[in-house]
Amino acid sequence: MIPPAFDYHRPESLDAALKLLGAHGDEARVLAGGHSLIPMMKLRMAEFAHLIDLQAIEDLRDIAVGDTIRIGAMTTQAELLDHAGLAEAAPILSEAAMQIADPQVRYMGTIGGNVANGDPGNDMPGLMQCLDATYTLAGPDGTRDVSARDFYEAAYMTAREDDEILVAISFPRHAPGYAYEKQKRKIGDYATAAAAVLIEAEGGKVKSASVAMTNLSDVPVYSEGAGAALLGTACDAAALDAAVIAMLGDIDPMEDNRGPVAFKQHVAGVILRRAIERAWKRA
Amino acid sequence: MNEMTPTREERVANLKGMGCARKRVEDARFTQGKGNYVDDVKLPGMLFGDFVRSPHAHARVKSINTEAALALPGVVAVLTAKDLEPLGLHWMPTLAGDKQMVLADGKVLFQGQEVAYVVAEDRYIAADAIELVEVEYEDLPVITDPFKALEEGATVLREDLEGQTEGAHGPRRHPNHIFLWEQGDKAATEEVIAGAEVVAEEMIYYHRTHPCPLETCGCVASMDKINGKLTLWGTFQAPHVVRTVASLLSGIAEHNIRVISPDIGGGFGNKVGVYPGYVCSIVASIVTGKPVKWVEDRMENLMATAFARDYWMQGKIAATKEGKITGLWCHTTADHGAFDACADPTKFPAGFFHICTGSYDIPVAWVGVDGVYTNKAPGGVAYRCSFRVTEAAYFIERMIEVLALRLGMDAAELRRINFIRKDQFPYHSALGWEYDSGDYHTAWDKALKAVDYEGLRREQAERLEAFKRGETRKLMGIGLSFFTEIVGAGPVKNCDILGMGMFDSCEIRIHPTGSAIARLGTISQGQGHATTFAQILASETGIPADMITIEEGDTDTAPYGLGTYGSRSTPVAGAATALAGRKIRAKAQMIAAYLLEVHDNDLEWDVDRFVVKGAPERFKTMAEIAYASYNQAIPGLEPGLEAVSYYDPPNMTYPFGAYICVMDIDVDTGEAAIRQFYALDDCGTRINPMVIEGQVHGGLTEALAIAMGQEIAYDEMGNVKTATLMDFFIPTAWETPNYTTDWTETPSPHHPIGAKGVGESPNVGGVPAFSNAVHDAFRTFGLTQAHMPHDHWRIWKVASDLGLHG
Repeated sequence: MIPPAFDYHRPESLDAALKLLGAHGDEARVLAGGHSLIPMMKLRMAEFAHLIDLQAIEDLRDIAVGDTIRIGAMTTQAELLDHAGLAEAAPILSEAAMQIADPQVRYMGTIGGNVANGDPGNDMPGLMQCLDATYTLAGPDGTRDVSARDFYEAAYMTAREDDEILVAISFPRHAPGYAYEKQKRKIGDYATAAAAVLIEAEGGKVKSASVAMTNLSDVPVYSEGAGAALLGTACDAAALDAAVIAMLGDIDPMEDNRGPVAFKQHVAGVILRRAIERAWKRA
Repeated sequence: MNEMTPTREERVANLKGMGCARKRVEDARFTQGKGNYVDDVKLPGMLFGDFVRSPHAHARVKSINTEAALALPGVVAVLTAKDLEPLGLHWMPTLAGDKQMVLADGKVLFQGQEVAYVVAEDRYIAADAIELVEVEYEDLPVITDPFKALEEGATVLREDLEGQTEGAHGPRRHPNHIFLWEQGDKAATEEVIAGAEVVAEEMIYYHRTHPCPLETCGCVASMDKINGKLTLWGTFQAPHVVRTVASLLSGIAEHNIRVISPDIGGGFGNKVGVYPGYVCSIVASIVTGKPVKWVEDRMENLMATAFARDYWMQGKIAATKEGKITGLWCHTTADHGAFDACADPTKFPAGFFHICTGSYDIPVAWVGVDGVYTNKAPGGVAYRCSFRVTEAAYFIERMIEVLALRLGMDAAELRRINFIRKDQFPYHSALGWEYDSGDYHTAWDKALKAVDYEGLRREQAERLEAFKRGETRKLMGIGLSFFTEIVGAGPVKNCDILGMGMFDSCEIRIHPTGSAIARLGTISQGQGHATTFAQILASETGIPADMITIEEGDTDTAPYGLGTYGSRSTPVAGAATALAGRKIRAKAQMIAAYLLEVHDNDLEWDVDRFVVKGAPERFKTMAEIAYASYNQAIPGLEPGLEAVSYYDPPNMTYPFGAYICVMDIDVDTGEAAIRQFYALDDCGTRINPMVIEGQVHGGLTEALAIAMGQEIAYDEMGNVKTATLMDFFIPTAWETPNYTTDWTETPSPHHPIGAKGVGESPNVGGVPAFSNAVHDAFRTFGLTQAHMPHDHWRIWKVASDLGLHG
């Protein structure tokens, strides 16, 4: 539980951070809340000669709520929960953030770190895919945007280049029907299965639906088919069945201490049904 | 009497003696982060140790190359078995009569085993250096299943014992066999079972888990080469025993060893044994002449220091058609891991497992326990229970449920008709114990009434109908548990650890101004000894508890004792404390008689003073007597007011209790929500009701953890799958239900104050209550046994196997 030696940098601007990252290449890693990176370093599963702490960069903490919502990468989960405008504009974000770990972790853990690390157990990546969010990456040649649905390649592998920093997340105001449903063994655990669902209703039918699942594959799973199965329905039993079947086709869970594959598939179905039912009631 | 004179009630209240819910005096420092733990010990020039550990569960060690590690600046030494061998310290004896490698000697036998010990100038350099030690391994076949270990032709794990057909506890019938330990009458039991009207049979597995105290194990060894004294600070539940063992192993005379247990952050049995880290730190300090600190991290604690349980218990219980139990048979296969390092009294290789007839009047019984070696970590400690008593209670409380199913009888009623009756105490059990006291029927009736048991069963039946109609996916389970603990080890005539009789001790000094210090042979790890032992002394001596310092854990100052585990502090050291207090009072009476110019027999004790019989205005308070003992020449009496008592208990004590758990189980997700938990404890005389309640809450929460998710699991290669707190379940406030506590009070007839001990009862009784609730929820669908831990997927699997997922 003792990490190898590293140099610690604490730049005060994004430019300075990018320069450091450019100078040290893949020997450097940016540090946000540290709740994934530090344990991995203590276990010596990750080794970096340079840590570039982003805490002192104030520009990365802004939250802007308009038609589009833009959240600075260094915004903590606790700040997400405390922001009145966010609670009104994107209540699914609060609902999900409340289910992440415990207050101590939420005071340190950031939304940027959560989505950028590429850990399939994290809650925010799936939620961001459900919201069809866009990640803004800053690099030596300026910034570029990548869709959350295109960002994740494999566990801990993302579309971010080594010399880039994820600086912000943006997404449109979401549909009135929402739910983030998560089963976990205990506080602080990753999901056994989690589902993010957004539903817009019109005339008693589903007009649009978006479904994403967490910790059921080596990447977050945006299930286009599950959303499509709900379109035009009143979220009746047949529609739920169809959505679950579509979702099960998209996930690829692995056996671990949370249980065997069959259990995870079963629970994924149960959790998705519950999320759809709750979202539909709110739609 | 003027207005300033306190009334008798005020004097009693001022004492804060037995029965008072006195606030814990320890908490002021603990809640402010001002505790002083081993890792807080910092000495000039102190070095740090760290272990190279085996990544393999079973492998030949072909070579160890320490050159690169030694070349790292700041590395002082790297110890291997070769370095310890000339000292005879590459192996060490275990408490169970076996021996254990200190550092890998030719092979490794479990993942996480200590292979080399690096000593460096700081903790970080030590951690870097262990990566530079090059160890070449050659894999050997791994055995993690104790039944496979005993198969003919199975790989021999302990080559060092090859050819030894006799172990510390009798014959070994297989190279991987440690002992067969039997109690009771096998032939008579099997005869009863063969002729019984009803027999229920089941394999009950109590899985491997770990005490996992918040503070891990560690020590600081400091050898002073000038005066030849070794000081050893450590997380020791039995500091005096550690001193004796350290002396025997090192050859350092015992008076030249001082062992200090400072504040300990929980022990639960994990800190009873002697670990390689202690031996290596002592050797390193002797070699370098500098203090050496070693503190294991969480993964090391879970992987390498003592585990608990891992008992496969095959049971048969015989009864009449009416449910009267006629016999109990139990064969246990005990997985001890690579070395038999159980912490049990020497003559009891399976601890007090033969308390497994429980609270029931069972005329004939037999228990056989086969100890087996596997490629797992050694241990087998009493995790918040007396020695193997949780295993015993779980076994009998599951067998009762299995029998109730077989009989089609209500399990509460089955218990009631088989309880040992109040008039049968002292009761001699079929397996050889003498239960000192009990009143089981009263406790059971009180518990059932408190939860409205019949109402709960009606609700359960209604809920079941609703489930069958498809209106809910939740099943309600009612978990019953009635347990009898056996604690306070123990009588010196049959209880010892490495030859040390299991007495305990207390030494009291009363100061001239009427305050006092008392030192004991025990050591608190969170139990609140500084609070409760002062209360015993307050009641015995009349000195207010707030004016009594309790000190433990320093072998240079405390009288010899066997330490704190197995709920023995109150039954043994608590008795010594009361008796030492009585010696003080006896001398005080003589002093008072002299001062009041009356005969000793003309005085009577009144809370905090001796009063002349028939003349209440003539008295001497304990404070006045204490002062007189130091400043007056009293004919026939030595000056001062001190006493020592060493207490050899005549018998164990037998706390008991009735626990009832109600839970709602979601058959689709496997989640279990505990909606009610009622715990009635009878621990005899109650010293501090608030401390008891705290102990019960803590013990129940550990029981919850064990029953519902906590385990040390291995894969087939012998890799530990649960070595971090992500996977090893420690409940937080979020997972912990509300508990309702209650009590009856049946004092122990042989204990000076009638107290029996309580710290471990909730673990002993709690595990079957939680587990039985899970089983009960599925009872009507035909479930007889589902092994713990009852985590989500295992409960889901039960539901799935019973066809409840459509």
